[in-house]
Amino acid sequence: MADLISIIVAKYNYWIYITLMMIGLYAMIAKNNLVKKIVGMNIFQTAIILFYVSIGVKKGATIPILEHGHGGHGHHVVHAADYVNPLPHVLMLTAIVVGVATLGVALALAIRVYNQYNTLEEDEILAQIREE
Amino acid sequence: MVWPIDLAILTLVVITSIGALMVKDLLGAAILFGAYSFMMCLLWTVMGAVDVAFTEASVGAGVSTVFFVAAVFRTSRRTKD
Amino acid sequence: MKIIGLIVAILVGALLVYAAADFPAWSDPASPASTYLSPHFIEKTMEETSVPNIVTAVLADYRGFDTMFETTVIFSAGMAVFLLLRTFRREEPEARHYRHVLTGVTLRVKEGGELPPSDDFERIDSLWTPHDLIIKTVCRLLIPFIQLFALYVIAHGHHSPGGGFQGGVILGASIILLAISQDLRTAVKRMAEKLDALLCSVGVLIYAGTGALCLLLGLNFLDYSALASVLHVDSIMARSHGILIVEIGVGIAVMCTMIWIYNNVSSGGKYNQGL
Repeated sequence: MADLISIIVAKYNYWIYITLMMIGLYAMIAKNNLVKKIVGMNIFQTAIILFYVSIGVKKGATIPILEHGHGGHGHHVVHAADYVNPLPHVLMLTAIVVGVATLGVALALAIRVYNQYNTLEEDEILAQIREE
Repeated sequence: MVWPIDLAILTLVVITSIGALMVKDLLGAAILFGAYSFMMCLLWTVMGAVDVAFTEASVGAGVSTVFFVAAVFRTSRRTKD
Repeated sequence: MKIIGLIVAILVGALLVYAAADFPAWSDPASPASTYLSPHFIEKTMEETSVPNIVTAVLADYRGFDTMFETTVIFSAGMAVFLLLRTFRREEPEARHYRHVLTGVTLRVKEGGELPPSDDFERIDSLWTPHDLIIKTVCRLLIPFIQLFALYVIAHGHHSPGGGFQGGVILGASIILLAISQDLRTAVKRMAEKLDALLCSVGVLIYAGTGALCLLLGLNFLDYSALASVLHVDSIMARSHGILIVEIGVGIAVMCTMIWIYNNVSSGGKYNQGL
């Protein structure tokens, strides 16, 4: 029993990220409305970013900004174990801003589709294409 | 990190994400997505990723929501699911 | 489609839960991701670049190529939105609306009609509502402070959380706030479309130009220590200053892309009536 609880405590974060990823993937495949699909895409994206950021977490570490930063170069010895891993943060920081740029492109495409077919529902658009 | 805060925010994140996809109004979905982004930002602050959290607070909770609202205003609020 | 989607999502989720069993335990300091490359960055950043915020240093210096092409991606996204939505066809609506600024009288001018000869008329949207005094005044008071804060975020990214991306987005958001609180016409008057597009490419040019300058001065592309002879500082401080120059470029590019995307999305590409 204690074994099971230790497994859950060590892993429950990962399971919730996987749940979020599943929600996003399901919305991208099964939702009928184009804006809902875009919301699903963003949820999928943030779930992956969350997973990356959580890789960098270390027990007992602080944020990746060096202390005694203003007092000259290198006089203070820095231990790597005191700071969280900054590398996933760098990768994900740019990913978020690129994410909002792709969101803009997706919304522009949705507006073009709406101007053409006067609806955002996928099945109505498909029915109109079949009629032509 | 403190696990009760972690667990509470993770639950809220899942609830807001499901809410954003279930609500029958696109403007409501946009606002709930903003709430989702803000919860995500809190989670990253708890994890010590301050730069990522700052970016998400300005980009995800701020500008993305404005883009969604603008796009919904240009198209329609109607949704079937 | 709903059932297929559910099956696919559950299959992928089951696969990932199975894979999660092999992940290192949550917040393990000895996990593989935290043992190979990141200790070098954490321990050497201060001596090599003199920047306390490790994220900024790695973002703009060690992984400079990555960030440069991310900026290019953002620029091309702005271009894509512009090319998708913008319509230049000048279709005149059958009636234009003008407002006399001094008295508040609204005129509806039919197609081909002429305005009375006066400079006091401003063109307004057909769905125009009088500006709310409270919203207008509060936004007017807030916008300068938002912009000041954004500049602080860009300039102080070396010592605190922040940098070009965050500051650029906040600067863009201040102009978007102006467009929301008044109307799109006012915002475009302050920040014309051509200026916006020009600054957007200037931001990318500052980044790439800094890299090319390093190349001309005899070192590798984006190796800022080459700037030491130009800036009259030692090579470590030159890397610190190089990061600042690059962050300014990123900030300008991101700000203009956000405004550009917002203007196009909110007006459907016509630039006449915004949100």
